[in-house]
Amino acid sequence: MEQLGDISLLKDKAKEIRKLILLMTFNAKSGHPGGSLSATDIITYLYFRELRIDPKRPDWDDRDRFVLSKGHASPALYAALALRGFFPVEKLFTFRKINSELQGHVVNHIPGVDATGGSLGQGLSNAIGMALSGLIRKKDYRVFAMIGDGESQEGSIWEAAMSAAHYKLSNLIVFLDRNMIQLDGFTENIMSLGDLEMKFSSFGWKTRTINGHDFYEIHDAVEWAKEEIGPKMIIAKTVKGKGVSFMENNPEYHGKPVPNQELLNKAIEEIERE
Amino acid sequence: MTNHELTWLPNLINSVERKSQRESYGKTLVRLGEDQRVVVLDADLSTSTHTSMFGNKFKERFFNMGISENNMIGVAAGLASTGLIPFASSFAVFATGRDYDFVRQSVCYSNQNVKIVATHAGLTVGEDGATHQMIEDLGLMSGLPNMTVISPADAPETEGAVEFLYEFRGPAYMRLSREKVPVVHQDKNFQFKKLEVLKDGDDVTIIATGIMVYAAMVAADYLKHKGLDVAVLNASTIKPIDSETILKYARKTGLIITSEEHNIINGLGSRVSEIVSENYPSVVIRHGVPDAFGESGSAWELMDKYMLNPLGIVRKIEQGLEVRKK
Repeated sequence: MEQLGDISLLKDKAKEIRKLILLMTFNAKSGHPGGSLSATDIITYLYFRELRIDPKRPDWDDRDRFVLSKGHASPALYAALALRGFFPVEKLFTFRKINSELQGHVVNHIPGVDATGGSLGQGLSNAIGMALSGLIRKKDYRVFAMIGDGESQEGSIWEAAMSAAHYKLSNLIVFLDRNMIQLDGFTENIMSLGDLEMKFSSFGWKTRTINGHDFYEIHDAVEWAKEEIGPKMIIAKTVKGKGVSFMENNPEYHGKPVPNQELLNKAIEEIERE
Repeated sequence: MTNHELTWLPNLINSVERKSQRESYGKTLVRLGEDQRVVVLDADLSTSTHTSMFGNKFKERFFNMGISENNMIGVAAGLASTGLIPFASSFAVFATGRDYDFVRQSVCYSNQNVKIVATHAGLTVGEDGATHQMIEDLGLMSGLPNMTVISPADAPETEGAVEFLYEFRGPAYMRLSREKVPVVHQDKNFQFKKLEVLKDGDDVTIIATGIMVYAAMVAADYLKHKGLDVAVLNASTIKPIDSETILKYARKTGLIITSEEHNIINGLGSRVSEIVSENYPSVVIRHGVPDAFGESGSAWELMDKYMLNPLGIVRKIEQGLEVRKK
């Protein structure tokens, strides 16, 4: 297995993305910072270490795909794409504004965005289509996707889970952002999801649970996933609002930006200090 | 045409050549399947929709998704995003009603090149009853930005329409019947968007779609002998609608009857009414299912019970003539 080596670049990029998430949503006076911050380290790892992509050719047929099925985490993906050179960083400050390309939820019209997300439970199916296409066209690209834990309450996730196993999609690697929180509160109070690893495993997926904020664990899991046959589900234990003390594990910040400049400064300081 | 029976039963339906639209769909898919980019998905209804014909020949490019229609549409969108040309099939009730949000986001908003071809549209599903008789699909699909909506009149036109869909780039929905439907076309000619003038006329215009096109021809022929010159137009493209021809006939005849095996709300009649009222206010009478669910029964018993037959059209024309007088 390839060693991860120095992680200082990944840590720096993750910090930048977290700051951008806070700034973008503050500037837009809306958006979903909580689930963006929980997804940040995985997205950082994929975009700055793993994905075979070319910012100059966002439609390159042989590229790896990444489907953000939990499309409300758009700030995290947009920030990663901007830092990766798909579009200028300044554009991030048009997020959710009139006449901007950067819609509230991810949409495939944006350079670098492989699938639309917003109405939950669709992206996993989209990713399966991309993976099937790779299989029948004998392409060696990989399809990565991220679904939410709240999203896994959608029945269609389980339709998709069944089909990925049925078609033995070895080129499909999915992260489940297990931050334990959804809009109305804690997942286990709203509609308990129970043991998601066991559920996916019984649906025929290869599964593994990791700390979704530890680059070494993310790296090990991806390296493992690339070797295993069949679809892979990496349950990533994460913290909603990760990196900002008053946002962490706080359902209030699912769909609400930091409310004032003072708190914004405090949040950014905390992220820089990390 | 000389058959002046105005109800399907007991004889009209047996006195005309009928062919299966879904069989025509299946056969055409097999032919188009020589192109490696064509992939076909179904949700456990492939022997009914006839996508199984493709599946038997091109196993590696046929995906039976099981009874999970939402996932089928989402997967089709993913396949399309890589340059493949997916045809996704199920019954109309599932492919549009159950799948609406997937069609909306994964296909239409994402502008993916997915062709949704649904069979078992309308009341002619018959004995299975209202759960399976989809009469809202044209409305649901027409209301979606980026969507193209096709409703061929018979089996030959279906073949042409499938070929068109294969060439066409963008989201599209096509509805087909379960029943063998009367043949009105000699060949597979399908003209996108253009209303097809099957019979010209000066007094009244019938714009019909699907199975009702043949009924309109019978009604027009019957009325000719009563001294009424009725034009019959085939609306095999529901969206985009051919406003130009609609308005030409609104001006020419001042009375349009629309006829469809669909709810009178949100279907062909609504589209035509919108165009006419915005541009040349004149009488449009809608003939279709009167905002009610269907029920079990044989296809043609149902069509007669709900007056989706030539007699129903004649009655609507009589009604229209009264309204126009005022």
